[in-house]
Amino acid sequence: MGGFTTQFVVALTVTMGLALVSGCLGTAFGLFLAISKGTALPRVNAVVTAYTTVVRGVPELLIILLIYFGGTTLASKIAGRYVEVNAFTAGVIALSVVFSGYATEVFRGALAAVPAGQTEAAKSLGLNAWQRWVFITGPQMLRLALPAYGNLWISLFKDTALVSIVGLTDIMRVAYVGAGSLRAPLTFYLAASALYLSLTTVTLLSIRLAERRHPALGR
Amino acid sequence: MNLGLMFDAMVVLPTGVGLTLTLTVLSLTAGFLLSVPLAFIRAFGRPGLSLAVLAYTYVIRGTPMLVQLFLLYYGLAQIEAVRASIFWVILRDPFWCALLTFSLNSAAHTTEILCRGLQSVPKGVTEAATSLGLKRFQIARLVTFPIAFRISLPAYGNEIVGMIKGSSLASTVTLLEITGMARQMVSTTFAPYEIFIVAGAIYLSLTSIAVKAIQLLERWLSTDGNRAQRRKARLRPPMPDPEITTPLP
Repeated sequence: MGGFTTQFVVALTVTMGLALVSGCLGTAFGLFLAISKGTALPRVNAVVTAYTTVVRGVPELLIILLIYFGGTTLASKIAGRYVEVNAFTAGVIALSVVFSGYATEVFRGALAAVPAGQTEAAKSLGLNAWQRWVFITGPQMLRLALPAYGNLWISLFKDTALVSIVGLTDIMRVAYVGAGSLRAPLTFYLAASALYLSLTTVTLLSIRLAERRHPALGR
Repeated sequence: MNLGLMFDAMVVLPTGVGLTLTLTVLSLTAGFLLSVPLAFIRAFGRPGLSLAVLAYTYVIRGTPMLVQLFLLYYGLAQIEAVRASIFWVILRDPFWCALLTFSLNSAAHTTEILCRGLQSVPKGVTEAATSLGLKRFQIARLVTFPIAFRISLPAYGNEIVGMIKGSSLASTVTLLEITGMARQMVSTTFAPYEIFIVAGAIYLSLTSIAVKAIQLLERWLSTDGNRAQRRKARLRPPMPDPEITTPLP
């Protein structure tokens, strides 16, 4: 493996950074969309449905390519000269979009599963909309969403490998470069799979832990 | 936005649909055939065998498909024995490598989906079948599997959509399916927006058709209500169920 060990360590932090940033952004956006879909006007509802349908029906790879190459064209047009969108930024945007599309559906399903009586009881106690959301609906919804939400994180870690195609030096890219330069593809790709497998295993274990600590109420 | 280019893309890109569909259909078929025995072993087999199947599905589902594809396409060439063997004719071809990767992937996902379906078949049903004097294989073929298949159909629909989307990875090993064609067009025209949007629209229509087809199949296989009620429901499909149908990884 030669000097590639350090590169793998750096690449691991890049992959984790990419996944964490886009996962958090995607969660925030997905939560926002799910709430607006649950409560707002039918038109907003239709827009959110269209968004999730498109995002979930198009390959992640295509979204990454669109945002990376399309973003470069767009930024160049706006700036008036050649501007290249950094692969990390493009990856964060693309993966956040993908994550938010799935997260919206997960949160919406969980919101619908919280009994209406809970909100009604909270209303009768005189809680305002914010209090109802923060103390009553939110916690119950999150507990219900946890298993499916955890799966989204696992898919996210796997999807980060696709960003290597537009040149981000993540685990996959280091493996690709190493495989080419040392003529040992098998070793490098096996190392990369081991790294990805450990990332997904850690994610899976933490989700199981969270599920055990915060089980869905009333089940 | 250059509408002329979009029109060009609309003419050129559908030529890649054939390869996308070939890869998807063949890998789903191979994956399904492979996953049925694996799911039975995983659900009802001896602990050791069940664990072995779990190890297979866990590793496949825990690593990105891109890594698996590169492992097969570039990695296997490193082993001298592979290059000397007759399998080399198949393994040096990007199409067969992609197909093999997708099939193994699909098999792992489908095994877990079917396994969960098999486990949720009510015990009373199989007991009733035993009391009627059916053999074990007959029970599996006539009772357990049909019920499990019906239960797993929504999750399997997600797997089909995932496979259509996953087939875009074949473009990374030089195959010219929809994404490959789009990337090739972009590299000659430098118009990423127009072309990738058209490609996305093609994928969206493919996945929408798959979702619709699975919904129809679900309704057709459904045992709720009588035949007339079902026919009425088929004409006017209800809203998609609010249940969370995200596939497990």
